[in-house]
Amino acid sequence: MADKTCELFDAGHRACGGCGAALAARLVTKAAGPNTIVVSSTGCMEVFSTPYPETAWKVPWIHSLFENAAAVASGISASLAKQGRTEKVVVMAGDGATFDIGMISISGAFERGHDFTYICYDNEAYMNTGIQRSGATPYDASTTTSPAGSCSFGNKRPKKDMPQILAAHGAPYVATASIAYPADLMQKVEKAIATKGPSYIQLHAPCCTGWGFEGDQTIAIAKLAIETGLWVNYEMIDGKVTKAKKVVRKPVDEYLKTQKRFRHLYKPQRQDAEIAAIQAIADRNAERYGIDIKLPPKKD
Amino acid sequence: MIEGSHAVAEAVRNCRPQVVSAYPITPQTHIVEALADMVANCRLDAEYITVENELSALSACVGASAAGSRAYSATTSQGLALMFEVCFNAAGMRLPIVMSIANRAMGAPLSIWNDQQDSMSLRDAGWLQFYAEDNQEAADLHYLAYKVAEDPKIQLPAFVCFDGFILSHTYEPVDMITQEDADKFLPKFAPSERLDAADPVSFGMYATPDYYLEFRYEMDTALKQARDVIRNTGTEFGSLFGRDYSTMVEGYRLEDAETAIVTVGSLCGTVKDAIDEMRAEGKKVGLLKIRVFRPFPTEEVAKALAHVNRVAVLDKNISLGAKGAVALEVKDALYGSGIAVKDFVLGLGGRDVRKRNIREIVTQTENRQGDLFYGLRRELI
Repeated sequence: MADKTCELFDAGHRACGGCGAALAARLVTKAAGPNTIVVSSTGCMEVFSTPYPETAWKVPWIHSLFENAAAVASGISASLAKQGRTEKVVVMAGDGATFDIGMISISGAFERGHDFTYICYDNEAYMNTGIQRSGATPYDASTTTSPAGSCSFGNKRPKKDMPQILAAHGAPYVATASIAYPADLMQKVEKAIATKGPSYIQLHAPCCTGWGFEGDQTIAIAKLAIETGLWVNYEMIDGKVTKAKKVVRKPVDEYLKTQKRFRHLYKPQRQDAEIAAIQAIADRNAERYGIDIKLPPKKD
Repeated sequence: MIEGSHAVAEAVRNCRPQVVSAYPITPQTHIVEALADMVANCRLDAEYITVENELSALSACVGASAAGSRAYSATTSQGLALMFEVCFNAAGMRLPIVMSIANRAMGAPLSIWNDQQDSMSLRDAGWLQFYAEDNQEAADLHYLAYKVAEDPKIQLPAFVCFDGFILSHTYEPVDMITQEDADKFLPKFAPSERLDAADPVSFGMYATPDYYLEFRYEMDTALKQARDVIRNTGTEFGSLFGRDYSTMVEGYRLEDAETAIVTVGSLCGTVKDAIDEMRAEGKKVGLLKIRVFRPFPTEEVAKALAHVNRVAVLDKNISLGAKGAVALEVKDALYGSGIAVKDFVLGLGGRDVRKRNIREIVTQTENRQGDLFYGLRRELI
């Protein structure tokens, strides 16, 4: 078990108030413990945590490039094995670095089976460069490169299913998690690290600046993603879903309405067909992962 | 007799890299195949990472080197181009990775044959660049490269460049250094800083305009200091193995030469033969071979060429829209001397360069011709 009082991601970093990724870094390092080497890709987390000559990382940390974190981790893992050292290698990379530009590097590292844990903090767009669309951006989200407009409802494609892709590589442990459920997240990090071979955790980490909400709402919004079925927390062991968080589902409206990136679905008028399409995504998730808690019929 | 690539692989093995990470590309393949075979047969105690492309090949070396292991890769041409970003990054993080470059032309059009456009195009990346004339040098320079790169004053990565096919696939006699002797020359890798949970440090942070300039200055200073380190390390190598690499340039029949040819790599051998012929006819011609291109031996070049009347630089590369990279440096070294420097861009994409071509170039230089593509097939243009 992790020492829950241990803080390995220090205060004083430059993240926005209410940053989901900063919380992710804190919780992940807490769960991983001091015998960890962290590899970051280029992105918000790298920038807000290491403005030279200051660093927020109290564990060994390296950032090389945007697209190569998994390859750098491969090299570290090989080096540690050769030296007989015991540190665990944990990648923390954003969704752009994971879903898009780093995809080849991740695929290679997972196929080769290096012993490391890859954590994608998923804030569903390129936040560091100014909220551009990534392969993790959800359907209809307005970003600066998938803007809603008079003839567009924003991002035209649903999220890429990265956990499934990495499970298909034969990864022994794949999980999704949310910063709104820290105990679950930390348990998953511990499990991933303890699993021999490459593990993947996709961590939902809302971005107040990119999604358009107040910084004190980060946890509430992350929770709503789970409660509406638009984000499912689950575990896959050897490619099979073994556990998924069950919920009494709320309509997707309750999640979408909280964020400016979906505002065009409600103003100037409600876009029923689009909202229904998003509801259908949540319904499919619910069916696929079996997350619906069936309430007993109400008695009169 | 041993193939160039195999001589290089044996030298690399003797350097005891702990992590080898490479992706196959012609004409580099024989090196990495040989290393894989050594690992498979317990002749090399290294982790061999079969990466999915060159970008990851060098990235894995970055991770391995930062974690405290001696790391090695090899590539060429398109593969090196794919590593462009990582090359700058590895140097910026001061990671003394050594990489063999089996020099090859850059596409398009696709060419698997030799020139030096690939490594020359990375001249600004902060890597030491060694160029081998023959397979003996190609093998030896790996020992030198690791020792210089890992010197606490330097801590920069190094290319050992040797001409694709012309050297990599050619069998020559090579004096092989034993493991025991290699260990006397090259100590274990012991970086001053590494990724280590016992002493956490951050590698690869971002620098604001208040700090960036000084990082680049320090890299430049280290690369320039490498001149002294190469001198000392090359002398030590010479005293142990009888082949002296203390100088970054080497003259051949240059002492009383009126016309000097300057070039790098395997072409030096052809030039030497041509010079012998011309000397027999009474022509005062000599060669200045440049073995280290980064750091550039500006003072050594200026000193070695101070007495000549004219210089012909043979460039197997072209900075399109300007000149060959070597000529630009030589002109800089000789600036103000009044010595005429003519550039000959030649041999690109594997076009053969022969003794008679060298003789013609000397004649052209004497006639004040030059600064041209030599050997063009005019009928194609």
